[in-house]
Amino acid sequence: MAIDLELDRHILQRTSPTEEEIVVNFGPQHPSTHGVINFVTQTNGEVIRRSVPDIGYLHRGLEKIGEQVPYPGYMPFTDRIDYLAAMFANEGYAAAVERLLGIDAPPRAKYLRAIAGELCRISNHFISVGTMAQDIGAATPLTHALRERESVNDLLEELCGARLTFNYHRIGGVAFDVPEGWADKVLRFLDHLDSYIQEWDRLITFNKIFVKRLAGVGIITRAKAIDYGLAGPNLRGSGVNFDIRRDMPYGAYPDFDFNVPVGTGRVGILGDCWDRYFVRVQEIVESSKIVRQALAKLPDGDIQAKVARKLKPEAGEAVGRVESARGEMLYYVVSDGSEKAYRLRVRTGSFMAMGIIEELSSGIMVADLIAIIASLDVVAPEVDR
Amino acid sequence: MTVEEVRAQLESKFGEAMGALSETKGDRFVVVKGDVIVDLCHFLKSTVGLEFDYCQDITAVDWPGRNVIEVVYHLYSLVHRHGIVLKVETDRSAPAVATVEGVWKAATWLEREIYDLFGVNFIGHSDMRRILLPDDWVGNPLRKDYKEAGGYHGVGNERVDPLVQLTKVTDEKRKAIAAAAAAEAATATTTATTTTTATATTTATTVEAAATAAGAGPSSEGKG
Amino acid sequence: MKISLALDSTSLTRRYPRLAVLVTLFMAFGLPLGLYVAALAVFPFNRPELLNAAAKEWLGWELAASPYRNLVYTGFLLLVAFIAVNYTAVFGGVSTWVERRVAGRMQSRIGPNRTGAAGFLAWVADAVKMVLKEDTIPASADNLLFRAAPYFSMVGLLLPFVVLPFGESTVVADMNVGVFYVTAVTAFVVVGILVSGWASNSKWALFGGIRGAAQVLSYEIPAGISLMVPVLMAGTLSLQGIVRAQGGCPWEWFVFQNPAATVAFIIAVTSSLAEGNRTPFDLPEAESELVAGYHAEYSGFRLAIFLMVEWANMWIMAGLAVTLFLGGWQIPFVSHAVYESARGSGLVPAPTWFLLQVASMLVFIVKTWALVFFFIWLRWTLPRVRVDQLMTLCWKYLVPGAFLCFIVTLLWLLVVPPMAVKITGILLTVFAAALLVKFLRDTRRNIDRVKGDRVDLSNW
Repeated sequence: MAIDLELDRHILQRTSPTEEEIVVNFGPQHPSTHGVINFVTQTNGEVIRRSVPDIGYLHRGLEKIGEQVPYPGYMPFTDRIDYLAAMFANEGYAAAVERLLGIDAPPRAKYLRAIAGELCRISNHFISVGTMAQDIGAATPLTHALRERESVNDLLEELCGARLTFNYHRIGGVAFDVPEGWADKVLRFLDHLDSYIQEWDRLITFNKIFVKRLAGVGIITRAKAIDYGLAGPNLRGSGVNFDIRRDMPYGAYPDFDFNVPVGTGRVGILGDCWDRYFVRVQEIVESSKIVRQALAKLPDGDIQAKVARKLKPEAGEAVGRVESARGEMLYYVVSDGSEKAYRLRVRTGSFMAMGIIEELSSGIMVADLIAIIASLDVVAPEVDR
Repeated sequence: MTVEEVRAQLESKFGEAMGALSETKGDRFVVVKGDVIVDLCHFLKSTVGLEFDYCQDITAVDWPGRNVIEVVYHLYSLVHRHGIVLKVETDRSAPAVATVEGVWKAATWLEREIYDLFGVNFIGHSDMRRILLPDDWVGNPLRKDYKEAGGYHGVGNERVDPLVQLTKVTDEKRKAIAAAAAAEAATATTTATTTTTATATTTATTVEAAATAAGAGPSSEGKG
Repeated sequence: MKISLALDSTSLTRRYPRLAVLVTLFMAFGLPLGLYVAALAVFPFNRPELLNAAAKEWLGWELAASPYRNLVYTGFLLLVAFIAVNYTAVFGGVSTWVERRVAGRMQSRIGPNRTGAAGFLAWVADAVKMVLKEDTIPASADNLLFRAAPYFSMVGLLLPFVVLPFGESTVVADMNVGVFYVTAVTAFVVVGILVSGWASNSKWALFGGIRGAAQVLSYEIPAGISLMVPVLMAGTLSLQGIVRAQGGCPWEWFVFQNPAATVAFIIAVTSSLAEGNRTPFDLPEAESELVAGYHAEYSGFRLAIFLMVEWANMWIMAGLAVTLFLGGWQIPFVSHAVYESARGSGLVPAPTWFLLQVASMLVFIVKTWALVFFFIWLRWTLPRVRVDQLMTLCWKYLVPGAFLCFIVTLLWLLVVPPMAVKITGILLTVFAAALLVKFLRDTRRNIDRVKGDRVDLSNW
């Protein structure tokens, strides 16, 4: 097809391959590219000279849709921007529009947002570490991680009716209140989770082969991480101590006491794949702490502020930021006074992470490329929107 | 540092290239001239006390009424924990601005996306080509006057309005549907192979109505 | 009456569950039993002089003088080979079922449980499905090589079964160069991998083929050297001879008779895993990287052959390790004299002899299945090593280790008296038993540590 040749030409123009090198497509259908992403790779069989990501296979024009759907009606679309951590996508959009309107969610809604968000973070991180283990070659940790994630899915299904694309947040609050007995179920799950994470660590985190595959691979230095605009666990894995929940606090997070895990180069070099992976495992533990505190201190009150049915914010613009599971999600909403947004921009952590892959790709092996993509926790819907 | 202080420091260096701080609702931004943007960004990144090392986002907004495409820069400093929003207004007929790729590598992909979806050319960019859409795509979709080109490599873009009108099914209508279904079931010998392609367009608001309508030719209910 | 054949999705076995159980039992026990009975009936006569004697006594036919005797010998050999090949196929299939169920348990899920009772007929269904699938050959593939490649692998798989001793006298041909023959012949599998990788004319397949060739050829060396250790200890290359040099009790196995043999056993098992492309060494077909590697372009029966080669190869690896290190078919406390006296005189051996044969075959099967289970367990627990780590492991650790074991064994055999060997055997056996007990207790403790977890063997 003409399209492939175009892309090959771009690569071939930059680094002319020698006779022993071939250009091969990793993807777009591939078990390990975390969605439909193509990596056009120039390699001599094992060592990669250059790997250029080719994205856009999952581009659905969600930003354009934001200009055609009224403000409240766009919430389900935000689920689809990142369906594995949909609570944060919802929350970011709600935060941006609330800022534009100048309203604030009631305290109970803020707490519920935190609880739902942290449970969603646990769910997302289980998928992330599970699929990372599978990409490295161990098939079993994935099923164990998904088994734990099922409990979170069931809890969130009880809360908002959906297992994946929650559509839970609303402009001004959340949609549903906590059902009867839900808090006890959550606490029981968290008790099990805290002891299960230790088993997970014994099984896979400190497994010799796992460590050897990830330690020292895909090193992103602190300066590079900041320069390339990485966010979330990718940024923290390189040693940058920055977390929106603590440093640009929003919602109920100022009321909670939690640590922000940062990579330390424990088994390899600071900023390698294992650090990013371990930051995620530690974040699961921290999220469980936050949920416990939130459930204990849950205030009474409304779950949604009084908001008009047809929202027509004044002309202006606002930014809503949340610490999504995959990094900082930034919603930039421009309003022109009508009931639909004039411009809706979503900047996701995965998009920035894709940008660094080409830089990291020269001189590594094919297996390392897979490990790097997995450790950056890239998902196609966030990259392409 | 607050936004006013940052802006004041910038104005002392760049003078008339800086616009005033905006007064609109929501977040405040500063409009700057396009020809100083690269120097400005270098200044922001390297000056002690400012140190904007983190490029959070570069995006664009299309204003056909004012005949500009605004390129919006959301910048942040991890060191000092302060941020600023800069805007560059480019001429809509030939939008171009210098690239800030040399300041933050994050700009590489962000600017490619703007080139792809808005058509803004970033002068000096190392890899100015489309990123989300295929290389041979025509047009810039996020512009307000974007018209679809009628298909791509044989895949058409004609489609029936996906927002189906929902109508309420009243009790009388429900009984009528049930009667029609019973009549049809009595005359025809049903086999197990009823295809249910049309059930997607049934407009019943209750599940039972949908079930009875399935056998009774849903064409009349579907588009009504 | 409704005639609804087309879309009735209830299968025969779903509607008649007892039929499912019967068919399953027949397949699970009947097939192997049939193979064993055939083997027992046939293997005592698989030498020309025995065939001559049998023909003379039962048919009154002087076979030795007949001009057709070679034809008869060949025909008989083909019958024996037929039984051995069927054995391979059946046990390759059954081990897929075991693998899928065991993997399911390890992954907190069930595995196949619909086709036949406990999903036992799933491998039959898969085999039938594979045969019925369309045989696609890529247009730009090298036609002849593409079609021939699976058969190279299959030959490499089937030939070692010739010398594998399943029981005291059930071996197709007990060559006196058995070990040498096996190491030579298992190299055929890599020919199949390489040829399929090349002939597929696909970059992915080529990746897999080259990786596979590099891996298998590298690991031939530690495998070969560590397999020499039991040869040294037994003094013969013949596999039956090596088994006869061991005894039935664990302290009479070669693996416990000197510490270098224990290390050699570990090296041999590791190298066999690498040769058989099993995780943690399954790079040639690394599913998450190469999407099936060297057999990416294959479908239908040819793919079935590749897959059968992988699973039945596991059997060969386990069988070899059992034969050379774990005592083979030796029954505890039954020495060679017992077999001799049970045979009696006369052409057809006495029934006691047959019973002893069955017992020895059972011992071999149980030991081999235990090792196969261990391989399956490894596959579903460990991640994959990277290709350069694979090569480092082979050349920097296993090859020098294997050489060291060889030299230590030489010295041991020269220096250590038999009494000390016996004591070493008992000491190492006790040590291994202690390790096993500790392992079981640790497992129990780990399960109890996770709140909400418990040992549950009930849901099959």
